Amino acid sequence: MKIQGSIWKFGSDVDTDAIIPARYLNTSDPVELAKHCMEDADPAFPEKVKPGEIIVAGKNFGCGSSREHAPIAIKAAGISCVIAKTFARIFYRNAFNIGLPIFEAPEAAEEINEGDEVTVDAGTGIITNKTTGKTYQATPVPFFMQQIIAAGGLINYVAERMNKTCTK
Amino acid sequence: MTITEKILAAHAGKEQVVPGELINARVDFVLGNDITAPVAIQEFEKIGVPEVFDRERVTLVPDHFTPNKDIKSAEQAMLLKKFSQKHGLTNYFEIGRMGIEHCLLPEQGLVGPGDLVIGADSHTCTYGALGAFSTGVGSTDLAAAMALGETWLKVPESIKFEFAGELQPWVGGKDLILYTIGDIGVDGALYQAMEFTGRAIENLSMDGRLTMCNMAIEAGGKNGIIAPDHITRAYVEGRCRRPYQFYQSDPDAKYSQICQYDVTQIEPQVAFPHLPENSRPVSEAGNVEIDQVVIGSCTNGRIEDLRLAAKLLQGRKVHKNVRMVIFPGTQEIYLQALREGLIEIFVEAGGAVSTPTCGPCLGGHMGILAKGERAIATTNRNFVGRMGHPESEVYLSNPAVAAASAILGRIAGPGEVE
Repeated sequence: MKIQGSIWKFGSDVDTDAIIPARYLNTSDPVELAKHCMEDADPAFPEKVKPGEIIVAGKNFGCGSSREHAPIAIKAAGISCVIAKTFARIFYRNAFNIGLPIFEAPEAAEEINEGDEVTVDAGTGIITNKTTGKTYQATPVPFFMQQIIAAGGLINYVAERMNKTCTK
Repeated sequence: MTITEKILAAHAGKEQVVPGELINARVDFVLGNDITAPVAIQEFEKIGVPEVFDRERVTLVPDHFTPNKDIKSAEQAMLLKKFSQKHGLTNYFEIGRMGIEHCLLPEQGLVGPGDLVIGADSHTCTYGALGAFSTGVGSTDLAAAMALGETWLKVPESIKFEFAGELQPWVGGKDLILYTIGDIGVDGALYQAMEFTGRAIENLSMDGRLTMCNMAIEAGGKNGIIAPDHITRAYVEGRCRRPYQFYQSDPDAKYSQICQYDVTQIEPQVAFPHLPENSRPVSEAGNVEIDQVVIGSCTNGRIEDLRLAAKLLQGRKVHKNVRMVIFPGTQEIYLQALREGLIEIFVEAGGAVSTPTCGPCLGGHMGILAKGERAIATTNRNFVGRMGHPESEVYLSNPAVAAASAILGRIAGPGEVE
């Protein structure tokens, strides 16, 4: 899968309360959640973000709560992928589980600037900054998780496994 | 192997595991709440299995926006109730019998030493205090575990924290964990197990241990864990509903890092906005006036926490500029506090006592901050907008510091009111 989009840049330790404040968690409707995506980090973000754009952030992106609403809000806002130096672990799992592509790439996260045009090859993890011409390699994904992604997320993966068990 | 590795190995049916290894592990107990479970239920139904893996080992606790704060919250809570009824879940906790999940489950003996627990709530790491491996996951992981009774995990590296010495007056588990997060940072233990050891931990009560493990996530940790001992045994005996097992780290267990602290040097801590790592001794807080005090939460809503606050509030009044709200963690804690006269002390002091709820900790309800307002809270996070308006502020502390601050109207150490 090829991803291409321009960049919104955030700092380090962007927490899940900034990504989707708890005051909006009385629903899990992705469309409603998207209306408040990143609101406490940048109140104008839900208005200005366009489909296909990419978030680049510093270390520990998605720290805090286990709310899956965080990656859901980002995905529903139209963000095509998130590139960060590191991700908080629950957010990392949740993103894979719901099918939001994320890439750990410290150098890319450091050097890519807001507004840059970037492509990502989701298969190889190669990130290209078309504005500067520089390329980066994201940390490879373990084989186990590639299987989950290949199945289209954790639920499909589990459903496939359960069906196999049933037919045995 | 470390205690974390031993528990994971046992649940993966292996003799041994090593950090970095991916395992498929059996879970002993899984949980969700009124925010995370609605998504999990929806995903569970997509899997298409008729029942949960074990109706005694799944519980959905309505604690975040309950008693329901609005119609949408009521509908979310209703999903939990209907699912629990439909699947005949043994444990469902309606308002009046419930508690904040991480106070409730250990109290009710639903989780115990040697267990592997996952929960769709980041503070699930609390149960490490019992010598269990316990970690927070998202709703989809919960859904899969409800169906399969297992989950995949990456075996974490472990960091060993050694706390030597005797605690100073008014210093407890909250101060040790805030101090630790201040030292290593909010991602200092990212993906890793935090193993708390040393004389100060051996002497720490179960309530204090639960507080410490509760906040492992605030350092990015996968789990916090304390080796079970006589204090653990005294807590779980006659309480745990399933057989339990004590695991200990081997003397030659491998750690990615060893952090040593002399607790005689640690005074009560306050974490300044907007990250838990911004901790400093309360004596260095300066003059910070406050509008609200919150005592409670899954971090500090247990009986010992309420006793500490009451000790300072007895015969004193909450400052005229301050509102103080107290949240006992469970109905049982509430009743115990009532019997001990603590509730009367709080009300006499001019505080409000609530039924158990996560409430203001996550900016849900029951104590939301206006623009520019400041709170000191015994909760676990002080992120931007955590307790209300994005331009409000939260300072984190132990219950004694919160009570002293309530009396003086500014952030204050317990020594200032004694």
